[in-house]
Amino acid sequence: MIPSPFDYTAPSSLDEALKLLHDLGDDAKILAGGHSLIPMMKLRFAEPEHLIDLNNIPGLSYLKIEGGMLKIGAMTREVETEESAEVAVHFPIFADVAKLIADPQVRNFGTLGGNLAHGDAANDQPAVMLALDASVEIAGLDGRRTVGIDDFFYGFYSTAVQEGEILTEILIPIPSGRSGNAYHKVERKVGDYATGGVAVHLEMDEQGICTKAGIGLTNVNPTPLRAVRSEAALVGTSLDNGAISSAAQFASEDCNPSSDLRGDIDYKRHIIRAVTKKMINKAKQRAFKN
Amino acid sequence: MKKEITLKINGEEFTKEVEPRTLLVHFIREDIGMTGTHIGCDTSSCGACTILIDGKSAKSCTILAVQAAGKEITTVEGIATTEGVHPIQEGFKENHGLHCGFCTPGMMLRAIELLEKNPDPTEEEIRWGISGNLCRCTGYNNIVKSIIYAGAKLRGDELPSTEPVFVE
Ligand SMILES: Cc1cc2nc3c(=O)[nH]c(=O)nc-3n(C[C@H](O)[C@H](O)[C@H](O)COP(=O)(O)OP(=O)(O)OC[C@H]3O[C@@H](n4cnc5c(N)ncnc54)[C@H](O)[C@@H]3O)c2cc1C
Ligand code: FES
Ligand code: FES
Repeated sequence: MIPSPFDYTAPSSLDEALKLLHDLGDDAKILAGGHSLIPMMKLRFAEPEHLIDLNNIPGLSYLKIEGGMLKIGAMTREVETEESAEVAVHFPIFADVAKLIADPQVRNFGTLGGNLAHGDAANDQPAVMLALDASVEIAGLDGRRTVGIDDFFYGFYSTAVQEGEILTEILIPIPSGRSGNAYHKVERKVGDYATGGVAVHLEMDEQGICTKAGIGLTNVNPTPLRAVRSEAALVGTSLDNGAISSAAQFASEDCNPSSDLRGDIDYKRHIIRAVTKKMINKAKQRAFKN
Repeated sequence: MKKEITLKINGEEFTKEVEPRTLLVHFIREDIGMTGTHIGCDTSSCGACTILIDGKSAKSCTILAVQAAGKEITTVEGIATTEGVHPIQEGFKENHGLHCGFCTPGMMLRAIELLEKNPDPTEEEIRWGISGNLCRCTGYNNIVKSIIYAGAKLRGDELPSTEPVFVE
């Protein structure tokens, strides 16, 4: 399978890329890791006339902790968050999620920015970013803006990244005090997209009372979904079994899975209930280990 | 419009004109004429097309040839030296790590990066490490054994037994 013909440019600066993107309008598409886009182009689901490759632009790939934030450059590869000891201190969730994204070869190329910008509810990083309350920096010719993750996912393959814009950075607040997070998804086989996946991030005070809860769900809604009622069911509690069961129950009720090759609706709701419970417990355990 | 690219494959430099839509695997097989890199699924799933780009394992059916400009590529044709086969090749040969051999080039290139990052992996780490490579023949046990053998050889440790393991 070969994509239909297109023109290709690999600019060496972000400004150059933005100018090109502006001049070419919606005939052009950004190429990051290419591991969502190229398969779609081979199937001719996408037929851009021009690809603007970000891979030769220096300074878009980094992981750094600065001003109370973990900052992830858009072109940072999945494998880098998987292997970073610095990231693992506060966010063991990145090793959880990366290990479940496709396989090592795909993770060597797929980028964090691309995983979000693709706007696919089947991708795993969006749920993690919801749980961690991330925000996303987007650059255009007129400057940069920051969008909260709750305002980022518009619909199927559609995000806050507008024509002429490039996602440049992901920002995640470093939790203060006791915290833990975890991700798991049920997959039919290693490397498959999620039948259902759950990301959980918890923060607690000295007494072990939950002060903040973030829960994101993968592939059980047209867009990545925040489990709002589940989060509320945990905050203010000591994360006792009753609170955890209610949170899990709410997540299974509030998601909107569709019936497909990966399973029917009831099965998927059941998965979400079970995995939510498991991930809350795992995040809690990690919080008390710190 | 064709683009001129220069890249190194197994140490040798090539300059060629390619259409931007040419996939790297087609470039290697058809334009360069090295057919050791295989195409299995053509949908990024099987790993038969795995090569190394600047030392990183990659599925060459999901990368454009133009993206490889300026890079160093390693294919199965480039892993043996004048001294003999690569330890991973020896591992596969000694442990019957292949039947039809179709998955083998990709499997070995993937294993080379795996062992570089993790010289003494556990069986579980190996199985996760080759989770992007499908084999329809061996059932994987002998592939895992082959990689354990190659790891020992690369570390200079005592080589594990190559006797077949019978499962009760
Ligand atoms: C076999 C296989 C299995 C996979 N399984 C999983 C899985 O289980 N879970 C999972 O999460 N993912 C999975 N993926 C997808 C993979 O993680 C992709 O790499 C990722 O979704 C997209 O990242 P990319 O860098 O490859 O983006 P690309 O494919 O380059 O781009 C994707 C889209 O985002 C746009 N884009 C990319 N970067 C930017 C940017 N900085 N600014 C603006 N727009 C941008 C592109 O224009 C394009 O429309 C799988 C992929 C394969 C091939
Ligand atoms: S041919 Fe590339 S992954 Fe199967
Ligand atoms: S040996 Fe035949 S596919 Fe692996």
